[in-house]
Formats: sequence, C-alpha cells, structure tokens
Amino acid sequence: MCIMRHFFRRKSSCQIAKDRLKILLISDRVNCSPELMELIKTDIAKVISKYMKIDADNMEIQINTKGSKSGRGGSKPVLYANIPIVDVSAAQDLALKQ
Amino acid sequence: MGNEFSKEQKSSEVIVVTSGKGGVGKTTTSANVGTGLAKLGKKVCLIDTDIGLRNLDVVMGLENRIVYNLVDVVEGNCRIKQALIRDKRHPGLYLMPSAQTRDKSAVSPGQMVKVIEHLKEQFDYIILDCPAGIEQGFQNAIAGADRALVVTTPEVSAIRDADRIIGLLEANGFKKMELIINRLRMDMVKRGDMMSAQDVVDILAIPLIGIIPDDENVVISTNQGEPLVGGSSPAGQAYANVVQRVLGKEVPYLNFDRGISFWTRVSGIFHRA
Repeated sequence: MCIMRHFFRRKSSCQIAKDRLKILLISDRVNCSPELMELIKTDIAKVISKYMKIDADNMEIQINTKGSKSGRGGSKPVLYANIPIVDVSAAQDLALKQ
Repeated sequence: MGNEFSKEQKSSEVIVVTSGKGGVGKTTTSANVGTGLAKLGKKVCLIDTDIGLRNLDVVMGLENRIVYNLVDVVEGNCRIKQALIRDKRHPGLYLMPSAQTRDKSAVSPGQMVKVIEHLKEQFDYIILDCPAGIEQGFQNAIAGADRALVVTTPEVSAIRDADRIIGLLEANGFKKMELIINRLRMDMVKRGDMMSAQDVVDILAIPLIGIIPDDENVVISTNQGEPLVGGSSPAGQAYANVVQRVLGKEVPYLNFDRGISFWTRVSGIFHRA
C-alpha cells in the first residue's frame, strides 16, 4: 500500500485531514457559512467581470489567515480570491463600454 | 520536596477537564490526573459534573459506595462531606459523584461555584470532569474552574470540537488552557495516516501538557476500576508526566516510537493475505 501510494504521489490521509481542518476551523472561527461564501463569490465575479473577462467557474475564494500558521490570537482572517483572467486586453474595452 | 511552604500560601487550583466531543478520554484523564496528584500527597477532590450520565465513579472503581451525590448537595439533602467518597487506596483522594437519575438542569453554574468555594478550603486540587457538549453541563463544569485541560484525539472531528471549546473557554475568560492529545498511534503517524502531536498543537495553538499513546492498558484499567497512572504501561507513564506538568514541573515527552516488533510485522503479513 505504502509503495503504491509513493508511486502515485497520493496525498497522505494526515495531509488531507490537516488541509480539511485548516479550512473548516477558519470558517468555524469567523462563523462564515459556505452559503455566504458562495454569495460573496458570485458577487465578486459580477463586479470583476464588469472590467475584464474572467473564468468565473474556476475562481476560488477562501478565508485564510495572514502570516502565522495558526489563526488563534495574533493574526486576523483574510479573504483570498483566486480569479483566472481569460482576456486582459478585453479589460479596457469592457470598462469603456460601461 | 520543598513545596510544603509554598502550599501554605497557594490557594487550591480548580481544573476542568473538557473536550467538546464525547469519548475522547475526559473521564479517563480526570481519573488519572486526580489519582496521580493524590499519589504525590496532594489532597484532591474529583467532581463528576455529568449529571444523568455519570461515569467517573466506575472508572475510579467507587460505584458501590455512592450514597449521596452532587445534586443532593446542591438541593440541601445532605452536607458536602456526606457526598464525598474517600478512595481507600489513596489517602487524600475523594470523589463527588454525579446524579444518575436527573438531568443537567438540576444544577446551575452559580450553585457549582458555591460548592467549589466550600471544597477549596479542604483540597489542594479540585478536578471537574466535564460532560460532552457545549450546553448547560459544560457551563456548570467551567463556572468555578480557573484552569482547563482540553482533551482531544488526533482526529478531524475531535479537533474541530476542541477548537470550538477553546473558543468558548476564551470567551469565558480562561487564561490557562492546556492540551492533552490522547490515543496517539506512532505507527500511524509514521505512515502518514495520523496527525502528529505537533500538527495538532499547530492547529489548536494552545500549550501542550500531555501526549497519551493509544494503549490497551487503559481499557484493562477501566475494567478493573483502577486508574493506571504511575504504572509501567505507556499510558500510565504518560499520565504520570501529565501530573508532573500540572504541578508546574518540566518533564520531557516520552518516546513512544519503539518500532513495530518482529511478531507484529509477521502477523501483519498473514492478516493482509
């Protein structure tokens, strides 16, 4: 099993657990539901696509913490958005049309 | 040990053992830490605050000696002294059992604080075994405490609940919170199939006070009704170290990584086939 896993470079279940907890605890701590995140995501996409052509289906948003690994105490949560741009040159045309 | 003098000045400490999730080892931890402190000559009172689902009495092996309980004390049916069961094996160790036939609402946080204030006069350590959940039972258990031991296992669900509990303790003004990671399996950590103690500490971000290995002796000791702290088993040694750290001493962490024995490997091959 271990050798197979090594060959296919599958994530260890420990890493999966850590990744899941990271996201889970941040949303638990800021008390932000997945539904709310989805609403924020669609609104951001709407605003950005006014100015440039983006790939809204592949965009990701996440509440994360800046700096230190752990969220408790020190660092404040930060909203990260990863928005793939399809066409930058279209940006100005779209903006001017408004 | 030269702390007879400091004991005179130091008032007693009230420690709540909590976790959020059920079945992670709160009661086992309460029993072992309490017994361990008593073995070192401290006067210890264990209080089971899980009204309706009492368990600390059976883990301690004192279930046959219950006459009065916490609810009787609160309702004035008996004096505090009458409800305390003395553990004959360890001088200085007492248990205040919980009521089995009532529910959490039988006691209020204010009443708990009053009981604890009385007990503080006679005991060095008061250890509260908190029920699972975050409702009234949890509120009762933390009301009179000034230090918390948060128990978790290296599993996603237990860690999530522990995080919530830590948040609630913080909101209730707790300054001293320490983490016990229970049922750690080094073989699984090595394989990458279990979060390591460091991983859990990084996520929960409170000071670590103990790592308890997954040990079948815990089941055996619960069967017998005798806490294993101080014994030669891995969990017994780990709990003895937790007790030292509760007393403020620095003790290095045990290395549970003894490797898998030859026979375990051999039988593993046959099981897999």
